[in-house]
Amino acid sequence: MLHRFANPTRFLRIASVVQPWMAWATVLLGGAGLYLGLFNSPADYQQGNSVRIMYVHVPAAWMAMFCYSSMAIAAAVGLIWKHPLADVAAKATAPIGACFTFLALFTGSLWGKPMWGTWWVWDARLTSMLVLLFLYLGYIALVNAFDDPTRGTRASSILVLVGFINVPIIKFSVDWWNTLHQPASVIKMGGPSIDASMLWPLLLMAVAFTTYYLWVLLIRIRTEIIANKIRIARLKQVHG
Amino acid sequence: MIKEFLDMGGYGAYIWPSYGVTAVVMIVMLVTSLRGLRENEVTLQSLEVSTKDKPE
Repeated sequence: MLHRFANPTRFLRIASVVQPWMAWATVLLGGAGLYLGLFNSPADYQQGNSVRIMYVHVPAAWMAMFCYSSMAIAAAVGLIWKHPLADVAAKATAPIGACFTFLALFTGSLWGKPMWGTWWVWDARLTSMLVLLFLYLGYIALVNAFDDPTRGTRASSILVLVGFINVPIIKFSVDWWNTLHQPASVIKMGGPSIDASMLWPLLLMAVAFTTYYLWVLLIRIRTEIIANKIRIARLKQVHG
Repeated sequence: MIKEFLDMGGYGAYIWPSYGVTAVVMIVMLVTSLRGLRENEVTLQSLEVSTKDKPE
């Protein structure tokens, strides 16, 4: 089953069909989420309108962790089964995940200033999120540092797997340590504790961020597959 | 009315940069990815043409 999709040629065919759907889903769901979030959801009784930052901050933070987890799975599949497409998927995900991590930190800072009175604190949640950004940047630097792509892939896959320990630390940091950051209110035992009028725009934005990720991921995987073909074609030219 | 909306109860200065930077980063990511794909497609095409031109 997995092997069927792992064939690059078949993958390219499927990708070209799925890609426009992801584009439309991103535009429509994102549009609906923005409308509900900015116009049709209440201000928070404690945080006022600043709560609207949540509709970009929380999906970005979720995606930052989701992308890293996907990369870890892809890296493991690439290391164990030597799947070329898995390595390509990990490499294609990294810059997108880094963008989401940056956005979570940036919007979090803009939310922290009015609510906590500071742009930044060195507490567990914020620091572990910053570490995640450095893991992404380290991976990107490492995977591109080798002339032989397979060697770079192996080293960087190991980095991703070792760095995965950071993901549960981020998730549970608000429970394990004292922090200014509020604890989870959506993904937790007993179900979400936020009102439907805020949960809907949040979930719409989260799904739109996910389809955006898949959209850009498909573009980047296609780019990598073509880059591999270019490498092979150049080698053929050189060696006649 | 519009001014009130943009003010966001005094939080506009924090809310709009959040949304603005998010939009800019996501659009730049998308555009650079699309551009990279197109550049590679063009390169591969020209390579395939040049190898075909070679006599066997």
